[in-house]
Amino acid sequence: MMKASVYVTIKQSVLDPQGVAVQGALHSMGFREVDSVRIGKYMELTLDTNDRFEAEARVKAMCEKLLANTVVEDYRFELED
Amino acid sequence: MKFAVLVFPGSNCDIDCYKAVEETLGEPVDYVWHTATDLSAYDCILVPGGFSYGDYLRCGAISRFAPVMAEVAKAAEEGKYVLGICNGFQILTEAGLLPGTLRRNESLKFRCHDTELRVENNDNPFTSLYAPGDVITIPIAHGEGNYYCDEATLEQLKRNNQIIFRYVQNPNGSVDDIAGISNERGNVVGMMPHPERAVSSLLGSEDGKKMFTSILKAWRDRHESASVR
Repeated sequence: MMKASVYVTIKQSVLDPQGVAVQGALHSMGFREVDSVRIGKYMELTLDTNDRFEAEARVKAMCEKLLANTVVEDYRFELED
Repeated sequence: MKFAVLVFPGSNCDIDCYKAVEETLGEPVDYVWHTATDLSAYDCILVPGGFSYGDYLRCGAISRFAPVMAEVAKAAEEGKYVLGICNGFQILTEAGLLPGTLRRNESLKFRCHDTELRVENNDNPFTSLYAPGDVITIPIAHGEGNYYCDEATLEQLKRNNQIIFRYVQNPNGSVDDIAGISNERGNVVGMMPHPERAVSSLLGSEDGKKMFTSILKAWRDRHESASVR
Protein backbone atom coordinates (compact mmCIF):
# COMPACT_ATOMS: atom_id res chain seq x y z
CA MET A 1 0.00 0.00 0.00
CA MET A 2 1.09 3.54 -0.67
CA LYS A 3 -0.23 6.86 0.50
CA ALA A 4 -0.61 9.83 -1.82
CA SER A 5 -0.99 13.30 -0.35
CA VAL A 6 -2.51 15.61 -2.94
CA TYR A 7 -2.50 19.41 -2.62
CA VAL A 8 -4.77 21.45 -4.88
CA THR A 9 -4.35 25.21 -4.86
CA ILE A 10 -5.78 28.12 -6.82
CA LYS A 11 -3.37 29.39 -9.49
CA GLN A 12 -1.34 32.45 -8.56
CA SER A 13 -2.88 34.38 -11.47
CA VAL A 14 -6.42 33.76 -10.18
CA LEU A 15 -8.00 35.72 -7.34
CA ASP A 16 -8.77 33.60 -4.25
CA PRO A 17 -11.62 35.43 -2.49
CA GLN A 18 -11.51 33.09 0.53
CA GLY A 19 -7.79 33.73 0.94
CA VAL A 20 -8.33 37.48 0.75
CA ALA A 21 -11.08 37.29 3.41
CA VAL A 22 -8.90 35.21 5.76
CA GLN A 23 -5.99 37.60 5.24
CA GLY A 24 -8.31 40.48 6.20
CA ALA A 25 -9.36 38.63 9.35
CA LEU A 26 -5.73 37.93 10.32
CA HIS A 27 -4.86 41.59 9.79
CA SER A 28 -7.73 42.74 11.97
CA MET A 29 -6.46 40.36 14.70
CA GLY A 30 -3.08 42.06 14.56
CA PHE A 31 -1.16 39.57 12.43
CA ARG A 32 0.08 42.38 10.22
CA GLU A 33 2.95 40.38 8.77
CA VAL A 34 0.60 38.22 6.69
CA ASP A 35 1.29 39.27 3.13
CA SER A 36 -1.10 36.87 1.45
CA VAL A 37 -3.22 33.79 2.12
CA ARG A 38 -4.10 31.14 -0.45
CA ILE A 39 -6.64 28.49 0.46
CA GLY A 40 -6.48 25.06 -1.11
CA LYS A 41 -7.49 21.46 -0.62
CA TYR A 42 -5.61 18.56 0.87
CA MET A 43 -6.54 14.99 -0.02
CA GLU A 44 -5.18 11.67 1.27
CA LEU A 45 -5.43 8.70 -1.05
CA THR A 46 -4.53 5.16 -0.05
CA LEU A 47 -3.39 3.21 -3.09
CA ASP A 48 -3.40 -0.54 -3.46
CA THR A 49 0.00 -0.72 -5.13
CA ASN A 50 3.69 -0.80 -4.28
CA ASP A 51 4.86 0.35 -7.65
CA ARG A 52 5.95 3.94 -7.14
CA PHE A 53 6.48 4.62 -10.83
CA GLU A 54 3.01 3.42 -11.73
CA ALA A 55 1.42 5.20 -8.75
CA GLU A 56 2.97 8.47 -9.86
CA ALA A 57 1.48 8.21 -13.34
CA ARG A 58 -1.92 7.15 -11.99
CA VAL A 59 -2.17 9.92 -9.40
CA LYS A 60 -1.16 12.46 -12.02
CA ALA A 61 -3.99 11.20 -14.24
CA MET A 62 -6.43 11.42 -11.30
CA CYS A 63 -5.41 15.03 -10.69
CA GLU A 64 -5.74 15.99 -14.36
CA LYS A 65 -9.09 14.27 -14.81
CA LEU A 66 -10.89 14.91 -11.56
CA LEU A 67 -9.06 16.14 -8.47
CA ALA A 68 -8.02 19.53 -9.89
CA ASN A 69 -9.61 21.82 -12.46
CA THR A 70 -6.50 22.94 -14.27
CA VAL A 71 -8.28 26.01 -15.68
CA VAL A 72 -7.93 27.65 -12.25
CA GLU A 73 -6.06 25.18 -10.02
CA ASP A 74 -2.55 23.80 -9.66
CA TYR A 75 -1.79 20.51 -7.99
CA ARG A 76 1.16 18.66 -6.50
CA PHE A 77 1.43 15.40 -4.63
CA GLU A 78 3.74 13.30 -2.51
CA LEU A 79 3.92 9.51 -2.35
CA GLU A 80 4.82 7.54 0.78
CA ASP A 81 5.26 3.81 1.23
CA MET B 1 -39.95 19.06 -30.43
CA LYS B 2 -38.85 16.84 -27.57
CA PHE B 3 -37.10 18.10 -24.43
CA ALA B 4 -35.08 16.20 -21.84
CA VAL B 5 -34.48 17.57 -18.35
CA LEU B 6 -31.53 15.75 -16.78
CA VAL B 7 -31.79 14.79 -13.14
CA PHE B 8 -28.70 14.19 -11.00
CA PRO B 9 -28.74 13.34 -7.30
CA GLY B 10 -29.01 16.82 -5.83
CA SER B 11 -30.61 18.60 -8.80
CA ASN B 12 -33.30 20.96 -7.51
CA CYS B 13 -34.37 23.07 -10.48
CA ASP B 14 -35.43 20.10 -12.60
CA ILE B 15 -39.14 20.59 -11.85
CA ASP B 16 -38.92 24.31 -12.70
CA CYS B 17 -37.29 23.46 -16.05
CA TYR B 18 -39.91 20.80 -16.77
CA LYS B 19 -42.77 23.17 -15.93
CA ALA B 20 -41.25 26.00 -17.96
CA VAL B 21 -41.22 23.79 -21.07
CA GLU B 22 -44.65 22.37 -20.33
CA GLU B 23 -46.35 25.68 -19.66
CA THR B 24 -44.45 27.98 -22.00
CA LEU B 25 -44.29 25.67 -25.00
CA GLY B 26 -46.63 22.75 -24.41
CA GLU B 27 -44.07 20.49 -26.08
CA PRO B 28 -43.28 16.99 -24.80
CA VAL B 29 -40.70 16.88 -22.01
CA ASP B 30 -39.23 14.04 -19.93
CA TYR B 31 -37.12 13.81 -16.82
CA VAL B 32 -34.02 11.79 -17.69
CA TRP B 33 -32.00 10.19 -14.85
CA HIS B 34 -28.22 10.66 -14.81
CA THR B 35 -27.64 6.97 -15.52
CA ALA B 36 -29.37 7.13 -18.93
CA THR B 37 -27.26 6.03 -21.87
CA ASP B 38 -29.44 7.13 -24.77
CA LEU B 39 -30.65 10.65 -25.53
CA SER B 40 -31.31 10.05 -29.21
CA ALA B 41 -35.06 10.72 -28.79
CA TYR B 42 -34.50 14.33 -27.68
CA ASP B 43 -33.97 17.57 -29.62
CA CYS B 44 -33.02 19.76 -26.66
CA ILE B 45 -31.31 18.83 -23.42
CA LEU B 46 -31.71 20.99 -20.33
CA VAL B 47 -29.12 20.57 -17.60
CA PRO B 48 -30.82 22.07 -14.54
CA GLY B 49 -29.57 23.87 -11.47
CA GLY B 50 -29.06 22.45 -8.01
CA PHE B 51 -26.24 20.91 -6.02
CA SER B 52 -25.50 17.71 -7.90
CA TYR B 53 -23.44 15.33 -5.75
CA GLY B 54 -23.55 17.94 -2.99
CA ASP B 55 -21.09 20.13 -4.94
CA TYR B 56 -18.42 17.79 -3.50
CA LEU B 57 -14.85 18.47 -4.67
CA ARG B 58 -16.01 21.23 -7.08
CA CYS B 59 -19.44 22.16 -8.45
CA GLY B 60 -20.16 19.80 -11.35
CA ALA B 61 -16.88 17.89 -11.03
CA ILE B 62 -18.46 14.55 -10.21
CA SER B 63 -21.64 14.91 -12.29
CA ARG B 64 -19.59 15.42 -15.41
CA PHE B 65 -18.62 11.73 -15.23
CA ALA B 66 -22.23 10.50 -14.95
CA PRO B 67 -23.12 8.10 -17.78
CA VAL B 68 -25.58 10.54 -19.32
CA MET B 69 -22.85 13.13 -19.87
CA ALA B 70 -21.26 11.10 -22.67
CA GLU B 71 -24.64 11.28 -24.38
CA VAL B 72 -24.84 15.03 -23.82
CA ALA B 73 -21.44 15.40 -25.52
CA LYS B 74 -22.73 13.30 -28.40
CA ALA B 75 -25.91 15.40 -28.70
CA ALA B 76 -23.82 18.61 -28.69
CA GLU B 77 -21.61 17.14 -31.40
CA GLU B 78 -24.69 16.33 -33.48
CA GLY B 79 -25.76 19.98 -33.27
CA LYS B 80 -28.66 19.40 -30.87
CA TYR B 81 -29.52 22.17 -28.43
CA VAL B 82 -28.05 21.98 -24.94
CA LEU B 83 -28.79 24.54 -22.21
CA GLY B 84 -27.05 24.40 -18.83
CA ILE B 85 -28.48 26.61 -16.11
CA CYS B 86 -26.59 27.41 -12.88
CA ASN B 87 -25.25 24.02 -11.69
CA GLY B 88 -25.95 22.86 -15.26
CA PHE B 89 -23.56 25.55 -16.52
CA GLN B 90 -20.94 24.39 -13.99
CA ILE B 91 -21.35 20.80 -15.20
CA LEU B 92 -20.94 21.80 -18.86
CA THR B 93 -17.71 23.69 -18.12
CA GLU B 94 -16.34 20.78 -16.08
CA ALA B 95 -17.24 18.49 -18.99
CA GLY B 96 -15.29 20.72 -21.38
CA LEU B 97 -18.39 21.44 -23.48
CA LEU B 98 -18.02 25.14 -22.62
CA PRO B 99 -14.78 27.02 -21.91
CA GLY B 100 -13.75 28.46 -18.52
CA THR B 101 -15.02 27.66 -15.05
CA LEU B 102 -17.12 29.11 -12.22
CA ARG B 103 -15.38 30.24 -9.03
CA ARG B 104 -16.67 31.25 -5.60
CA ASN B 105 -18.48 34.58 -5.71
CA GLU B 106 -16.12 37.43 -5.00
CA SER B 107 -18.27 38.41 -2.00
CA LEU B 108 -18.16 34.78 -0.71
CA LYS B 109 -21.93 35.14 -0.28
CA PHE B 110 -24.69 33.06 -1.81
CA ARG B 111 -26.51 35.62 -3.96
CA CYS B 112 -30.22 35.04 -4.50
CA HIS B 113 -32.05 37.93 -6.17
CA ASP B 114 -33.17 39.37 -9.51
CA THR B 115 -30.49 40.58 -11.90
CA GLU B 116 -30.66 42.60 -15.07
CA LEU B 117 -29.02 40.95 -18.05
CA ARG B 118 -28.09 42.54 -21.34
CA VAL B 119 -28.68 40.35 -24.39
CA GLU B 120 -25.29 40.57 -26.12
CA ASN B 121 -25.94 38.11 -28.91
CA ASN B 122 -29.31 37.26 -30.36
CA ASP B 123 -27.82 35.37 -33.28
CA ASN B 124 -28.20 32.18 -31.27
CA PRO B 125 -30.91 29.52 -31.16
CA PHE B 126 -31.66 30.35 -27.50
CA THR B 127 -31.96 34.12 -27.88
CA SER B 128 -33.19 34.87 -31.40
CA LEU B 129 -36.51 36.38 -30.22
CA TYR B 130 -34.77 39.00 -28.07
CA ALA B 131 -33.39 42.16 -29.63
CA PRO B 132 -29.66 42.80 -29.21
CA GLY B 133 -29.16 45.09 -26.24
CA ASP B 134 -32.46 44.09 -24.61
CA VAL B 135 -32.24 44.29 -20.82
CA ILE B 136 -34.15 41.46 -19.15
CA THR B 137 -34.82 40.59 -15.51
CA ILE B 138 -33.80 37.06 -14.56
CA PRO B 139 -33.06 35.80 -11.02
CA ILE B 140 -29.77 34.33 -9.85
CA ALA B 141 -29.25 31.93 -6.94
CA HIS B 142 -25.66 30.80 -6.55
CA GLY B 143 -22.55 30.84 -4.38
CA GLU B 144 -20.21 29.83 -7.19
CA GLY B 145 -21.14 31.84 -10.25
CA ASN B 146 -18.01 33.90 -10.70
CA TYR B 147 -17.11 33.10 -14.31
CA TYR B 148 -13.41 32.81 -15.09
CA CYS B 149 -11.41 32.18 -18.21
CA ASP B 150 -7.91 33.27 -19.19
CA GLU B 151 -7.35 36.28 -21.45
CA ALA B 152 -6.77 34.27 -24.62
CA THR B 153 -10.09 32.44 -24.09
CA LEU B 154 -11.87 35.72 -23.37
CA GLU B 155 -10.58 37.16 -26.64
CA GLN B 156 -11.83 34.07 -28.42
CA LEU B 157 -15.26 34.37 -26.78
CA LYS B 158 -15.49 37.98 -27.94
CA ARG B 159 -14.23 37.29 -31.43
CA ASN B 160 -16.71 34.46 -32.01
CA ASN B 161 -19.66 36.28 -30.39
CA GLN B 162 -19.91 33.58 -27.73
CA ILE B 163 -20.89 35.98 -24.95
CA ILE B 164 -24.67 35.68 -24.86
CA PHE B 165 -25.57 37.62 -21.69
CA ARG B 166 -23.75 40.16 -19.54
CA TYR B 167 -24.83 41.41 -16.11
CA VAL B 168 -25.77 45.09 -16.06
CA GLN B 169 -24.44 45.10 -12.47
CA ASN B 170 -21.96 42.33 -11.84
CA PRO B 171 -23.18 40.37 -8.77
CA ASN B 172 -20.33 37.87 -8.39
CA GLY B 173 -17.06 39.11 -9.88
CA SER B 174 -17.38 37.35 -13.25
CA VAL B 175 -14.75 38.22 -15.83
CA ASP B 176 -16.08 40.89 -18.23
CA ASP B 177 -19.51 40.79 -16.48
CA ILE B 178 -20.25 37.48 -18.21
CA ALA B 179 -23.56 35.83 -17.24
CA GLY B 180 -23.89 33.34 -20.09
CA ILE B 181 -21.84 31.98 -22.98
CA SER B 182 -22.14 29.56 -25.87
CA ASN B 183 -19.76 27.13 -27.51
CA GLU B 184 -18.22 28.13 -30.82
CA ARG B 185 -21.02 26.56 -32.82
CA GLY B 186 -23.72 28.25 -30.71
CA ASN B 187 -25.79 25.14 -29.94
CA VAL B 188 -24.53 24.73 -26.37
CA VAL B 189 -25.32 27.57 -23.96
CA GLY B 190 -24.52 27.91 -20.26
CA MET B 191 -25.71 30.63 -17.92
CA MET B 192 -25.83 31.23 -14.16
CA PRO B 193 -29.19 33.11 -14.08
CA HIS B 194 -32.40 31.07 -14.10
CA PRO B 195 -34.68 31.77 -17.09
CA GLU B 196 -36.93 28.88 -16.01
CA ARG B 197 -37.79 30.88 -12.88
CA ALA B 198 -38.87 33.86 -14.99
CA VAL B 199 -41.65 32.51 -17.19
CA SER B 200 -44.70 34.15 -15.59
CA SER B 201 -45.47 37.57 -14.13
CA LEU B 202 -46.65 35.66 -11.06
CA LEU B 203 -43.01 34.66 -10.52
CA GLY B 204 -41.89 38.29 -10.76
CA SER B 205 -40.76 38.23 -14.39
CA GLU B 206 -41.61 36.58 -17.64
CA ASP B 207 -38.48 37.74 -19.42
CA GLY B 208 -37.09 34.19 -19.53
CA LYS B 209 -39.95 32.91 -21.70
CA LYS B 210 -38.32 33.99 -24.94
CA MET B 211 -35.39 31.64 -24.34
CA PHE B 212 -37.80 28.73 -24.55
CA THR B 213 -39.82 30.14 -27.47
CA SER B 214 -36.56 30.99 -29.30
CA ILE B 215 -35.35 27.42 -29.08
CA LEU B 216 -38.66 26.06 -30.37
CA LYS B 217 -38.52 28.54 -33.25
CA ALA B 218 -34.93 27.48 -34.05
CA TRP B 219 -35.96 23.84 -34.10
CA ARG B 220 -39.02 24.54 -36.27
CA ASP B 221 -37.02 26.67 -38.72
CA ARG B 222 -34.47 23.90 -39.09
CA HIS B 223 -37.07 21.15 -39.22
CA GLU B 224 -39.29 22.89 -41.76
CA SER B 225 -36.46 23.97 -44.02
CA ALA B 226 -35.29 20.35 -44.00
CA SER B 227 -38.69 19.08 -45.11
CA VAL B 228 -39.22 21.71 -47.85
CA ARG B 229 -37.80 20.66 -51.22
